[in-house]
Amino acid sequence: MTQILMPALSPTMEEGNLAKWLVKVGDRIEPGQVIAEIETDKATMEVEAVDEGVISKLLVEEGAQGVKVNTPIAVLDGEGEAATPTPPPLAGEVRAKRGEGDVKVPAPLSQPAARPDSSPARGGASLTAADPELPAGTQMVKVTVRDALRDAMAEEMRRDPSVFLMGEEVAQYQGAYKVSRGLLDEFGPERVVDTPITEHGFAGLGVGAAMAGLKPIVEFMTWNFGMQAIDQIINSAAKTLYMSGGQIKSSIVFRGPNGAASRVAAQHSQDYSSWYSHVPGLIVIAPYDAADAKGLLKAAIRNPNPVVFLEHEMLYGVEFDVPDVADWVVPIGKAKIRRVGADVTITAHSRMVGLALKAAEQLAGEGIDAEVIDLRTLRPLDTGTIIESVKKTNRIVTVEEGWGQSGVGAEIAARVTAEAFDYLDAPPTRVHQVDAPLAYAANLEALALPSVDKIVDAVKAVTYR
Amino acid sequence: MAQAGAKRANGTHKAEATAEDLLQYYRDMLLIRRFEERAGQLYGMGLIGGFCHLYIGQEAVVVGMQAALKDGDQVITAYRDHGHMLAAGMTANGVMAELTGRRDGYSKGKGGSMHMFSVEKAFYGGHGIVGAQVSLGTGLAFANKYRKDGKVCLTYFGDGAANQGQVYESFNMAALWKLPVIYIVENNQYAMGTAITRSSSETHLYKRGVSFNIPGEEVDGMDVVAVREAGRRAVERARAGEGPYLLEMKTYRYRGHSMSDPAKYRTKEEVDDIKAKSDPIEHVKKVLIDGGHADETQLKEIDREIRAVVSESATFAQESPEPDPSELMTDIYIDA
Repeated sequence: MTQILMPALSPTMEEGNLAKWLVKVGDRIEPGQVIAEIETDKATMEVEAVDEGVISKLLVEEGAQGVKVNTPIAVLDGEGEAATPTPPPLAGEVRAKRGEGDVKVPAPLSQPAARPDSSPARGGASLTAADPELPAGTQMVKVTVRDALRDAMAEEMRRDPSVFLMGEEVAQYQGAYKVSRGLLDEFGPERVVDTPITEHGFAGLGVGAAMAGLKPIVEFMTWNFGMQAIDQIINSAAKTLYMSGGQIKSSIVFRGPNGAASRVAAQHSQDYSSWYSHVPGLIVIAPYDAADAKGLLKAAIRNPNPVVFLEHEMLYGVEFDVPDVADWVVPIGKAKIRRVGADVTITAHSRMVGLALKAAEQLAGEGIDAEVIDLRTLRPLDTGTIIESVKKTNRIVTVEEGWGQSGVGAEIAARVTAEAFDYLDAPPTRVHQVDAPLAYAANLEALALPSVDKIVDAVKAVTYR
Repeated sequence: MAQAGAKRANGTHKAEATAEDLLQYYRDMLLIRRFEERAGQLYGMGLIGGFCHLYIGQEAVVVGMQAALKDGDQVITAYRDHGHMLAAGMTANGVMAELTGRRDGYSKGKGGSMHMFSVEKAFYGGHGIVGAQVSLGTGLAFANKYRKDGKVCLTYFGDGAANQGQVYESFNMAALWKLPVIYIVENNQYAMGTAITRSSSETHLYKRGVSFNIPGEEVDGMDVVAVREAGRRAVERARAGEGPYLLEMKTYRYRGHSMSDPAKYRTKEEVDDIKAKSDPIEHVKKVLIDGGHADETQLKEIDREIRAVVSESATFAQESPEPDPSELMTDIYIDA
C-alpha cells in the first residue's frame, strides 16, 4: 500500500486545491497516468502517478480547498511497489531558471525533508486601524502582497496613460508569479508587453522609453535575472540625469522578486539590497507587508527617478490588512516602527521584518523589549528614525537576508557608530546570510539564512543576557 | 517587405542633390572637421581631459543621415559623438564648453566628451558603454510607436559594438514590434585597435539583421549623398510602420580611437590612401567645382566662416567658468 501525497507545484507552494479527480476507487493506474488536477493561485497542473496499482481509497474530496503539500490524497494498492520511495519532487519549474507554469509533476510518495525556515510570517504586526499613517476609522481589507502589487500597477495605469508594464510572461501568462494577473485584459497588449527572454535588452529599451518621457514598469522574473541588465540600471538609468546636467530623466520602476525563495540554490536566491542601494541616482525600496507593497509601488511609479523595487516571493501569497482608501500612497524614504520597544533596536526590511517581529515576540516572553524598525526604503535610508531609536534603546541589531560584507547592516552600523556613538552600550551587531553561496540542501540553506533564533541570539548578545 | 534582404552598395548611385544641398553638406561636414581638429589641439594643450574620440573622416555619415530626418526625429549614439551633435544642430560653443568641462557645456560640465545631450535638438547622447545606446535607442523608438507620434529614431553604433549581445536583443524586439528605428553601423574598420577581420566572423555587418528579418544595406559612408538617399529610404519605411532597417556605413576614421591612441595597428599608407582617394569633404568639393556650382573662392569663404565659428567656440570654452562647486550634488535626483 502506498500513499499518494499532495504534490508541490513550485519551491514555495504550501497548499493547493484538489480541483478534479480523474480516477475513481478501483481504477488500475499506470505510471505517468494523469490522476488528478490541482490548482493554486498561481497555476494549475496535472498530477501523474509514479507507480502502478489500483486506487483503493481517495482521501481528499474533489473540490477540496487548501490541501497542504504532502497531505495523503489517495491510497494505491500495488503489486511490485517500489520499495524505495521516489524522492519528492519540487518540480514546478520546468526550466531551471524560469517561473512556474501549467506543468505535469509526479505525485510525491514520501515526506520530503523538513523545509528550512521558509514559512512566511503570516500577518505579523501589520497595519492596524490605529496606525499613525491612517485617519481614524479607516476600513481595512485583507489583500495578499501579490494582489496589492497588481492593484498598485492597475491604479497607476488607470491614472496615467504613459505608465506601461513590460517583462517576461507579464501579459498572456499573467505573470510568472501571477503578480500581473488581469492587467492584459484591462489595458491591452500595447501597455502590458510580453518581452522575449532578453533582460539586458528590454531593460535598456525601458530606459530609452523613459528618456523619451514614458513611465515604464520593467518586471524581472526575478532580480537574479536582472543582473544581466545591471549595466543599464546603473549606467543608463541612474547616472544620465547627472551626466546630462539635469536634462535627461528616467522615470522608471524595475521590480520583481528578490532574495531567497526556497531551495532554489545560489544563482536564484540572491539579495540585491546592498548592490543597488550603493548607487546614487537610484531609489531602492523593499517592502514587507501588502499595504507598503501597494503604497510604495504607487509612489515609485509616480516618482520621477529610477526606482529599484525589491519584492519577496515568499511574501507574495501572504495576506495583510490594506487600507481601503481610494488612493493609498506611502511616502518613499520613511522607515516604519513596527513594534515599539525600549531595550534594543532591530532593523530589517522585506521578509526579514516578519522574522524580526517573531523574534521580538519571543524576546518579550524573556523580558526583553525590542523595537522593530522596518526600513522600507533602503535608499534614501531613513537614518533619523534609526538614530532616534538607538538613542532610546542604546543597542542595535541589523537583520538582512543578503551577505554581511558591504551590506545594509554594515552601512547602518557605520551610521549609528558615527552619529550615536555615545549612546551605544554594545557594539552594533549584524544578522545576515553566512559568507557563502546559498546551498540547495535544506539543512544547509537553513543554516545559511537569518532566522528567528539567530536574531534572538544577537539581541541577547547585545543586551548581555 | 516581409523578407529581410541584405545588399551591398553597388557604387552606381546617381542620387541627385541640388547645389544648395551640396553646399550645405559641405559646410556641415567642414564644421565637424574643423571642430574636431580644434578639439584635438585643445586636448593637446590639456584643456580637454579624459577620453576624447574624434570623428574626422566619418563626417559624411551623420551629415547625410541628418538630411534624411524631420524635426523631432531622435538621434542617439555612443562616445564618438561630437559630429552627431553638431549635425543635430547643437552649438559648437555648447559642445566645446562641455569638452573643457565648463558650466556652459551641454551637461554643465558634468558629462564631458562622451556624455552630452540636447532634448531640444532630440539628441539623446552620447553614451560611454559600447552597445548600451542601441537598447536605449530602441526604447526611444518604442516610445514613438507607443505615442503614435510618427517620429523615427536613428541609433548609431560602431563595428565594435556590433559584437555586443544587447544589440541583437534590441534587433529582435525592434523587428518583433516593428519599431521605427534605423540602426546605423558606422563601420570604420577598427574596434579600437582590432581590425574588423580580427573581431567579426561575418564582416559584412549589413547582414547582421537578416536572422531578425531586418533588411540591411551597405552604403558608401564617404559619399554624403549616397548616405542621405539610403537614409531617406530607411526612414520612410520606418515612418510608414514597416519597422527597423540596418545601414552599414563603410567609413574610416583618420585619427586614433581616442587621443591617446597612436594607431600603430594600421599603416600610414593605408590612412593616406583613404585620405587621398575617399575623403568625404574633398569629394563634395570636387562635385561642387566640377559641376560649376561653386568656385574655390566661395569654398574658401565658407572655410573662413567655419574657422571663425570654431575659433569662437574654443575661446568660449576656455572663458566659460568651471561649474560652481554647488553643482556637485545637483541633478542626482529630481524632487518628487
